[in-house]
Amino acid sequence: MAINVKVVDRPVSEVSYVRATLKGMARTFKHLFQEKVTTHYPEQKESISRRWRGTHRMLTTETGKAKCVACGLCPTVCPANCIKLVPGEDEQGNRYPLIFEIDEFRCIFCGYCQEVCPEEAIHVGRHYENSEYSREGFVYDLERLMQQTHPVCEMWDPADPKGE
Amino acid sequence: MPAVAALLQAPEPAQVPLGVFLLATVVKMIVVFTVYMVGVALLTLAERKISAWIQDRHGPNRVGGKLGLLQPAADGVKNIMKEETMPGHVNKPLFLLAPILAFVPALLAWAVIPFGAPWASRWGKITMVVADLPVGFLFTLAITSLGVYGIVLAGWASNNKYALLGGLRSSAQMVSYEIAMGMSLIPVLLLAGNVTLSEIVNQQAGMHLWNVLTLTISFFIFMVAAFAETNRLPFDLPEAESELVTGYHTEYSAMKFSMFPISEYANMATSSAMMATLFFGGWDIPFMRADNTTGVSFLGVLLSIGIFGLKTLFFIFVFIWIRWTLPRFRYDQLMSLGWKFMLPAALTYIVLVASILLALDYAGVPRGFVSGLIMLGVNLVLVFIAFVILDRGRIISPAYGRATPQQLARLRAVAAARTHLSPQSGD
Repeated sequence: MAINVKVVDRPVSEVSYVRATLKGMARTFKHLFQEKVTTHYPEQKESISRRWRGTHRMLTTETGKAKCVACGLCPTVCPANCIKLVPGEDEQGNRYPLIFEIDEFRCIFCGYCQEVCPEEAIHVGRHYENSEYSREGFVYDLERLMQQTHPVCEMWDPADPKGE
Repeated sequence: MPAVAALLQAPEPAQVPLGVFLLATVVKMIVVFTVYMVGVALLTLAERKISAWIQDRHGPNRVGGKLGLLQPAADGVKNIMKEETMPGHVNKPLFLLAPILAFVPALLAWAVIPFGAPWASRWGKITMVVADLPVGFLFTLAITSLGVYGIVLAGWASNNKYALLGGLRSSAQMVSYEIAMGMSLIPVLLLAGNVTLSEIVNQQAGMHLWNVLTLTISFFIFMVAAFAETNRLPFDLPEAESELVTGYHTEYSAMKFSMFPISEYANMATSSAMMATLFFGGWDIPFMRADNTTGVSFLGVLLSIGIFGLKTLFFIFVFIWIRWTLPRFRYDQLMSLGWKFMLPAALTYIVLVASILLALDYAGVPRGFVSGLIMLGVNLVLVFIAFVILDRGRIISPAYGRATPQQLARLRAVAAARTHLSPQSGD
């Protein structure tokens, strides 16, 4: 045998299967009446960490425009290659995203995009209930990213490692 | 027709008019069948609920209120709507026959189980058993042992290695435990002097002592064998999810698949009813003397049926309770337990009970409460010997005997040497 056989040091002279079974049945019977540990999910929800990295969100300026300046850092850093960014430029020379799409299926929710963003525009959020009827529905465009309202992830701060 | 009726009504000739007898039989058949089928459906819910409670969960509580009472209906609808797959490599006729064969025997056994005290109606005594066969006890044993065919055929017809192994295991297991089961019941017959189930119940009621008090070891062996016969944990080797996918019903789908769980629960209910009948006095209500010859009032009948139901439900609960307490036996442990422990124990017990009864007869003690008390005393001694003295030192591996200190030392030495040689592999 290739596997290590673990030999338990049992007090052989005292062990009895029947009595051990009865003991076990007493234990399981007690559990019948114990408090349940279930969280009734859709009605009750467990609280999630402040550093939870979920559905993305694009923050906006006071005028309601996306903060993104289409610098191209997030598609560069993205290890899953899930961000599609086509930059544009207006008459004043301000850059803005013509197309900004995130494929939530490809995303691995590492949070690098939020970390790398110089404008603190793209964020991963504290939200996890995404469901759609089609695969296309999981490609979030700029409009949809701006519409998200859930709280954003708090990144890990080296000065405050436990988040206190 | 009267001849057939008389045959079915034995041991006492029919005292009621034939019309009433036929009507009563039809009503009993319909009621028993309906209650049984609905009960089996609810058992699936009971299993899920109790397993959940034992694991500190809630169990099904979305369909049909907090208790999930409509869950069996939802499961049934789901199973009927599902696609019936018929794999190309199966033996078609046997593949279709197996689920039926698994289910029917469990249902048939209910025909002879007395579920209530006889009713003294205005037309005469109406027994609360569908068919009071004179050989009811033998009939039950014969029919329940047919259940193995369903499982073996399912395993064989599937042409699948896992299914075949499951079927083979179940045939070996059920045949082995069949013997211990039959042997464990002979003391009951010795005590009752009859093989009619209603007479066995009458004997227990007349003696004021249930068989579990006078024949505890028989009951224990019967219960263990019943677990093996119904393929319930700790003896669910034919299914053995972790080894054989799901064993004999691996290739089944939809309603054909759910016939197997249904038949498992049906077998459970039948075994529980048998335990209640043979060892816990059937419909007998403690400290309440029912008149067995003429029957009781309708209220008394309902009461006795309720008591019988409660006893049966208790054993069903024990079945489920044990399932969520004990892990599965290893195959060699199962075989050695059946052949090297259960069978000799049952045979020894037959000899003991027979000698005690013979001694009582020689001493001139009439069969009744007094002889029952003497048997109870002897039984207590035997139980003490069996479960306190003989049982000590028997660990489950190997199940058939004591592991000697030398054996343990050798095993430890082997394990220690192996750990020493390969320090990186585990502790």
